[in-house]
Amino acid sequence: MFWADITVIFPEIVLSVFAMITLIGWVYSKGDKQASILVWFAAVLLLGIAALIGFFGGETRIAFDGLFVDDAFSRFAKIMILASAAIILIISENYMSRHDLLRFEYPILVVLAVVGMMIMVSAGDLMTLYMGLELQSLSLYVVAALARDSVRSTEAGLKYFVLGALSSGLLLYGASLVYGYAGTTQFAGIIEAIDQSNSSLGFLFGLIFVISGLAFKVSAVPFHMWTPDVYEGSPTPITAFFATAPKVAAIGLLARVLHDAFGAVVSDWQQVIALLSVLSMFLGAIAAIGQTDIKRLMAYSSIAHMGYALMALAAGTEFGVQALLIYMVIYIIMSIGAFAFILAVERDGQPVTEIAALKLLSKRDPLKALAMLILLFSLAGIPPMLGFFCKFYVLKAAYEANLIWLAILGVIASVIGAYYYMRIVYFMYFGEDMDNELNTNGTPILTGVLLVSAVAMIVGVINLFGLEGAASVAATLLVN
Amino acid sequence: MSAVAFYLFAMTAIIGGLLTVISRNPVYSVLWLILSFLSSAGLFVLLGAEFIAMLLIIVYVGAVAVLFLFVVMMLDIDFAKLKAGMAQYMPLALLIAVVILMQFVVAFGVWEPSHIAETKRTQVIPAEYHNTEALGLILYDEYFLLFQVAGLILLVAMIGAIILTLRHRQDIKRQDVLAQMYRDPKISLELRDVKSGQGL
Repeated sequence: MFWADITVIFPEIVLSVFAMITLIGWVYSKGDKQASILVWFAAVLLLGIAALIGFFGGETRIAFDGLFVDDAFSRFAKIMILASAAIILIISENYMSRHDLLRFEYPILVVLAVVGMMIMVSAGDLMTLYMGLELQSLSLYVVAALARDSVRSTEAGLKYFVLGALSSGLLLYGASLVYGYAGTTQFAGIIEAIDQSNSSLGFLFGLIFVISGLAFKVSAVPFHMWTPDVYEGSPTPITAFFATAPKVAAIGLLARVLHDAFGAVVSDWQQVIALLSVLSMFLGAIAAIGQTDIKRLMAYSSIAHMGYALMALAAGTEFGVQALLIYMVIYIIMSIGAFAFILAVERDGQPVTEIAALKLLSKRDPLKALAMLILLFSLAGIPPMLGFFCKFYVLKAAYEANLIWLAILGVIASVIGAYYYMRIVYFMYFGEDMDNELNTNGTPILTGVLLVSAVAMIVGVINLFGLEGAASVAATLLVN
Repeated sequence: MSAVAFYLFAMTAIIGGLLTVISRNPVYSVLWLILSFLSSAGLFVLLGAEFIAMLLIIVYVGAVAVLFLFVVMMLDIDFAKLKAGMAQYMPLALLIAVVILMQFVVAFGVWEPSHIAETKRTQVIPAEYHNTEALGLILYDEYFLLFQVAGLILLVAMIGAIILTLRHRQDIKRQDVLAQMYRDPKISLELRDVKSGQGL
């Protein structure tokens, strides 16, 4: 029995052992000088594990008496997490080493964070959920403060840590109330307990606290306060990492808890998630308008996008979860592309994040400007691009779940949000007085990632390459 | 008798917690915190969880609180300045705290566990085992996975502490034990024949 359980967590074991062995190896021999090799090792391993999980799918397996669940939903989320973390590692290597930030602990911490995320999306118990969440968060706090001589990076790490610890407290308090109600921390047991008797007010308190704690991690309004500062203060590749893999893990975890553990009381949490969704969409759209820093803008953009993801979740249906998964995949591709562009922009070897610096970029670098234009149109959800279709799925899910008011508000927020994306396009194409010092060459890898994601935004409209089918299988397993 | 003990410990815990927050002197704050920990440990003993009570005293009082004391005494932080903004937010904070308290009172007034909670909360380990033994049996067996993940979390904490604070300084002389051991007279001593009356 024990060995059967071990095979279920085989990918997590491989990654943890890799982290521990390379940690010892690089401490004793190589140090920071050879850190680039380690970044590539880690990226290849993450991609390899993603392929392994993708090819050796199979049935739902439950290990450690229900603590850990390996099903189609968790595999879908894990592949997303692993692939995005690997790509971020690859595009960050050059930037980190040029700015003297490439410590060998960086890829190791990213791998450990990924292990935490994989445990999160596979959680079958409130305790597994918490352990995975802490492993992920703790690694992220450290990488946020990686540029330790920069006051803003340190501030980002500290702010993230303090608010993250607060949210963990909320989550644990909620979990204890849920335990008090159900008498067990296992999701299967909780749903059974709700089935057997009516949900009580005390249980609702626990549910709300758990949702609040998790909303911190997906940076949904009103728990978003840390996001702009952390995004702005952290080194740019780390910001790109924050905007992708942890978001998938947190929203996947939220979907799993809400359906696996609280699936019997959809009406109880539906209104809470819908409210979080509306607030996030509107705050993300309105607060981003005044931003002059592109990293802060991406922070508000990610808040708004999480609002749409939560809308899909608020539907509480199988189609809602399918829409959520599709939305997350497309959001991640768009984010990685946008950050590849941001990473390439610099002046005198120093990163530039002011939006105004992009003036008339189309004259000097038409290809990159065009690729970014496609990505921005897609992020805004303008029809010919893939970003429109993922928003369409989400709105359809809300509509079918009789949340028509939510869908209408989503459309309004999307129109407001389009303004700030278009403002960047305006600067790139119609601005005045070009910034001659600006250099957007970047490395071939950055250009490649940018172009691939831009092309994906167009090709995806024609063919999603089986994404819908995989998302549908994953959603069916989660909701039933 | 145990009711008296409960109210005694609970009251001390609450008073300790309050005074931790409102003390002007941070050293007093830490001492009140220790009192609060001790009374919580007492509450755990009343619940029959001696092991957790001992952990609370050994880990929190023995290690964490002592570390706090060191940090408070060694760091040069102007606590009066840090607290300057507090009065400004106090009314709002108090309002929110009172609202949350009221909600809790309502929630616990109608607290009702699910029908199967009692059967679900069965004892995994027979009652004749002591706390410590029972925890050991369940922690390394049923919760093996979580125990290992906890280890990984501690590893991350360790890496983080090192990566954020360790600086290799080049301008200091370090002790190199191997070099000291392999030092021998051939390389470090030179014998010169000094002629009388001339010096070196």
